[in-house]
Amino acid sequence: MASTGAIAMRVPVSRAVRERRETRNVFYVRAIVALAIVAIWEGISWSGLFFGDVVPSLAKIIPALFKLLVNPAFWANLQITLVEAAASLAIGAIAGIVVGILLGSSRFFGAAFEPYVYYLSPTPRIILFPIMIMWFGVGIASKIALGALSSFFAIALSTAAGMRQIDKVLIRVGRSFRATPWQMATKIYLPAMRLPVLTGIRLGLGNALITALLAETKLSNQGLGFMIMQIYTRFDMPTLYALLIVVFFIAGACNAVIGMIARSTK
Amino acid sequence: MASRKTPLVATSWFPLTVGALTFVAIGVIFEILLRTDVLNRYIIPLPSEVLLAFERIVVEEGVLTRTGVSAFEVLTAGLACVIVGVPLGVLLYRFDIVRRALEDWIAALAAAPIVLAFPLFLVLFGRGSTTVIVIAFAYGLAPVVLKTLEGLIETRRVLINVGKSLNMSQTQMFWKILFPSAIPSIFTGIRLSWTFCVIAVIGVEFLVNLGGLGQLINDLAERYDMPGTYAGIGFVILVSVIFFIILEWIEKWLQPAR
Repeated sequence: MASTGAIAMRVPVSRAVRERRETRNVFYVRAIVALAIVAIWEGISWSGLFFGDVVPSLAKIIPALFKLLVNPAFWANLQITLVEAAASLAIGAIAGIVVGILLGSSRFFGAAFEPYVYYLSPTPRIILFPIMIMWFGVGIASKIALGALSSFFAIALSTAAGMRQIDKVLIRVGRSFRATPWQMATKIYLPAMRLPVLTGIRLGLGNALITALLAETKLSNQGLGFMIMQIYTRFDMPTLYALLIVVFFIAGACNAVIGMIARSTK
Repeated sequence: MASRKTPLVATSWFPLTVGALTFVAIGVIFEILLRTDVLNRYIIPLPSEVLLAFERIVVEEGVLTRTGVSAFEVLTAGLACVIVGVPLGVLLYRFDIVRRALEDWIAALAAAPIVLAFPLFLVLFGRGSTTVIVIAFAYGLAPVVLKTLEGLIETRRVLINVGKSLNMSQTQMFWKILFPSAIPSIFTGIRLSWTFCVIAVIGVEFLVNLGGLGQLINDLAERYDMPGTYAGIGFVILVSVIFFIILEWIEKWLQPAR
């Protein structure tokens, strides 16, 4: 009997059933972790470990989130930040792609200048903000300049790496058709290396957005970074949490959109 | 028979020298443009003044002590990332269902602008080194977790089979096979994580005017000491680059021979 039971236990399940079970289990684990986080959060909130309102209950954060989303000031500031990030990315991407093509197409240029670009890329860019203020003023231009600088490095390095992995046959085909440098760039290089360039742009957008927001927290009178500092000085903690959730969501959404574009061009 | 000489452009030192000389030439051009008043000296200081200011910031601004403060914060946060991140990575490897559920969340955490939440951390932990360390820790944790997981997953099948053929226990399998094979990948995670820690520490110090090298730049800029500000920024970039080169050197040293 026992052996029959053992055989019955080993009845193979189809792959679809197994996958369905695993997906369900993944959902359960996620739900448990999310609930645990909420429970710990609420526990800390009610425990009085921190001063009042430093860790507000979700019952305060959720209404603050709704209030924030119907506040016209939020949308005006969001618009400024998005304009800064978009302009930063446009300037950083153009400069990065041009420099990346130069570094990637010539072994000498690559060897001479790429180490500098490579080692400067992870340095903390926000410290250049005082220089940007001196050069471009306290308005949005200094944030755009700093954001462009932040996005430039990731895009230049990805483009240079992308250039080097282009199939040599494609380049020879372009040359045999006597393509001009512009035609080579637009018809051969860019289409062949769209994936690394898009990866660079994804990283660059993240960098541009974060840098612009951080610069706004330091010195500005508009933008979401400025709004964060305003709320912080008012000590309106539920709204601060709500705004940070929204900013994290926007950063994640930007990342996801470019990731989707990259996947769709494969 | 005449020996074949490597062309100058194909050597490793010549392009690097050309690169360095280009930066020197840019400095000389700026010096000339500033001295001839083509560019405004109130906005851009003379490169020669910036070079002289290096000595001043070392002697008068306590740069070495400040470097020590920032280094302490980076190392504390970095070590905390390793102490917490590596076991978390192992945990995710051990329980496949947890890995499938949480890997994307951790990857999202790696891309999240955590430094932007510094006002929140200031309220929670006060204006002090603890806040800087906690932010740097939160910013640098994800790469260690993800790279530890990646290193364990990519352990070569043949190594695991050798372990099985020797009848190794689970513990032996982990310490003798899986962990040593994952070390190069774990160190890649540590390099990324500590790079994030440097960015977070100096960034937060600068933004909230607190602590080491970041605060120095903020101080110099607020005093409108332009040569000092440029020299301070140059010094921070130099220190960061040396730190990255050391990390990269250790990472290469740990890579298995191919």
